[in-house]
Amino acid sequence: MTTIKELDTYAQNTWCPGCGNFGILASIKKALADLEDDGLDLNKVAIVSGIGCHAKIVDYINVNSFYSIHGRVPPPMTGIKLANPDLTVIGHAGDGDAYGEGIEHLIFSAKRNIDMTFIVHNNRVYGLTTGQFTPTSPPGFKGRSTPKGSPEEPLNPIELMLSSGATFVARGYTKNMKHLQSLIKAAINHKGFSFIDVLQPCFTFFNTYDFYNERVYEFSSKDHDVSDRKAAFVKAGEWAYGEGEKIPIGIFYQVKKPTYEEKLLGGRIPVQLKPGDIRPVLEKHI
Amino acid sequence: MKEISILVGGKAGDGIRQAGHVIARILNRIGYRIFFYDDYPSLIRGGHNFSIIRASEKRIIAHKETVDVIVALNQDAVDNHKHRLNAGGIILYDSKKADAEGIGLDFMNIVKEFDGKPIMRNTAAIGALAGALNIEWSVLEKVIKDAVEHEIDLNLKIAKHAYDRIENPSKSVPKLDQKALPLVSGNEAIALGAVKAGLNMYIAYPMTPASAILHYLAAHENELGVVTVHPESEIGVALMALGAAYAGARTMVGTSGGGFALMTEALSLAGQGELPMVIVEAQRPGPSTGVPTYTMQGDLAFVVHAGHGDILRVVLAPGDAEEAFYTAGLAMNLAWKFQIPAFVLSDKHLSESIFSFEADLDKVKPEKPLLWNNQGEYKRYLDTQNGISPLAFPGNPAAIVKATSYEHDENGITTEEAEAISRMQRKRLRKRKTIEDELEKYETVNVYGNPDSKTVLLCWGSTKGACIEVAEALDLKVVQPLILEPLPVNALKKALSGADKIIDVEVNATGQLAKLISGHGICIDDMILRFDARPFTVDVLLDNVKEVLS
Repeated sequence: MTTIKELDTYAQNTWCPGCGNFGILASIKKALADLEDDGLDLNKVAIVSGIGCHAKIVDYINVNSFYSIHGRVPPPMTGIKLANPDLTVIGHAGDGDAYGEGIEHLIFSAKRNIDMTFIVHNNRVYGLTTGQFTPTSPPGFKGRSTPKGSPEEPLNPIELMLSSGATFVARGYTKNMKHLQSLIKAAINHKGFSFIDVLQPCFTFFNTYDFYNERVYEFSSKDHDVSDRKAAFVKAGEWAYGEGEKIPIGIFYQVKKPTYEEKLLGGRIPVQLKPGDIRPVLEKHI
Repeated sequence: MKEISILVGGKAGDGIRQAGHVIARILNRIGYRIFFYDDYPSLIRGGHNFSIIRASEKRIIAHKETVDVIVALNQDAVDNHKHRLNAGGIILYDSKKADAEGIGLDFMNIVKEFDGKPIMRNTAAIGALAGALNIEWSVLEKVIKDAVEHEIDLNLKIAKHAYDRIENPSKSVPKLDQKALPLVSGNEAIALGAVKAGLNMYIAYPMTPASAILHYLAAHENELGVVTVHPESEIGVALMALGAAYAGARTMVGTSGGGFALMTEALSLAGQGELPMVIVEAQRPGPSTGVPTYTMQGDLAFVVHAGHGDILRVVLAPGDAEEAFYTAGLAMNLAWKFQIPAFVLSDKHLSESIFSFEADLDKVKPEKPLLWNNQGEYKRYLDTQNGISPLAFPGNPAAIVKATSYEHDENGITTEEAEAISRMQRKRLRKRKTIEDELEKYETVNVYGNPDSKTVLLCWGSTKGACIEVAEALDLKVVQPLILEPLPVNALKKALSGADKIIDVEVNATGQLAKLISGHGICIDDMILRFDARPFTVDVLLDNVKEVLS
């Protein structure tokens, strides 16, 4: 049994005090420790991150990791999963990574329904580049690149993922840690593409704690049918990442579908494949 | 020397390349060595396509401008190519579609007689050609049975009818006492070489002229033990490949210049993260979209220098199918031994041309990379004397494997400390010496022609085919570096020592090889450059070289 303490590394944590990333770090570690108790082999876990404040998380968790580049979290995850489908692959990305620079990869991951878990640290601001608007910043957001206010409407990533074919779509909030832990565990246990948009205040550049604390509410399968795609869209429409009265967090949608690796590999495990004999193939070239 | 060149021409959709294949296979089966050149514009229907099949009793890896037979499925094929015809050459043409001096047959009418499809005009043309060349019907019959996928009987009837319509053969192509060899394109040879070196996954986004590697491996996945993946973009391709390599899969990607441009951020990640990857860059004319289905050697400087930061890489430039096979295998083994990106730099002329393939298949085997011994604490980036850190993969119960794009310590944890940074830079770059020592084991520079000649044709990649024949005709020497990064400077200087005149021959507009080697103090005397998106033919290059020498 691995304790949460044993999941720590010697890396010095360099997030700002009050950063929402701490809530995600604590939640993923707790989720991994709990899942290990349920039989998950932590040596078979690989986590991937992009670039930005969120990405440092791979330095802070003592499991296999791949610190990728900006926007490119899903492709290495996909490569890892396809090469060795026995591995449990978890991605961490910022909103700039996931919804900006690398949005094509996110859409395709959902479209393929590859079995991996993708957690977006959505602080709705570029933190490490010191405060510019992101694809999910509210309309009129005044950042260093948009001093007169952002001229763009925000994306709604929940709707985007529902449209793209994700089979597990959820939203969490860093302050509701128990809830977030349960979402992460459910996402990892889900066989298929699991997506969690985590509302994560940036204490320094976009402090949204009060805004979320007043509006966020948890919903569950008791009051929402997770297999109903239409209902999921209705729920997702309750908040459009701008102003708004209420912000639902929970699992919007969850269904079972065949996964990409099952269909593509048909049981083959590439890291164990042995090269075939090329001679009979060459014979056909005569 | 017994030799014949045949041009088949028509519009896209006429099945020109397929007809060319069948003709090549017929000549192959009666003992000839083949070089097959395919010329087509970037469109699916219409335009003008042609293939040249050159068959010879000796090994050849280039074609000539002139031909002995033109098989014309339309008037363009006559008008565009009749100037190529050697004395005594013949034009075999579809008398409904074209007018020419030669042998006219109504191919469409033959097809109609048997209720065939319009595309089967090419079968009629092949039948008539075999008749005109006095090739035994049984040879053609067997090739059609092996090569045609649908409606074999119908094709046989059409071919036989056209064959019988030729009453007097115009030429006789005698059967030779040589074994038929596999006919393999450069792309197929690259695919097979990589498989032989233990390829597990091939990941690619379609782009001419590399697409056929993907098609070939996808079609033979089970026989060859390979998984093929076609992702969303070349960015996705390269990053997936790095993820797969991190997990332990021997992976190759393939593209052309434009696709490789999108992969350069991943190339830097491979450099920082010490992740093995094999990249096939099959060049086509640039800049940008350029001329998509034609050839150029214009990406040498790009491939050698691509990526931000100091990155080690190996660039191998094969010039024929056997070299494509060997270098693909070598690239895979070097990538894994040294945990670096390794390139196979091809071009349209090598990738899509077809060769009689006679490689020593056992020369390529998967070589084991340096694996961790499972003792003590695993450090992904252990600082070692030769710079190579032992590999372990996620799933290993004793190791935690941390790969990263960030500068890092030995464990793969981020660092911004000055001393740690310079230490890791040194560790990675130390591998350069280790790689250079390893490459000493291989023939890195090829020499052809008269080794004592004071005049040298210097070339790389697919240009070697025409250079060798020209050198043989004029008693010159050919020097072809097979490895372009790290440049085998000593071997190259040795091969060029004693030369009075070095003529650089390249298919690009600026002489990129000449520029590259000038940085190592090797100077050329003359340049013959071709950059009209066509490869050198033997006869055109012969004239060019004579002009330079006069």
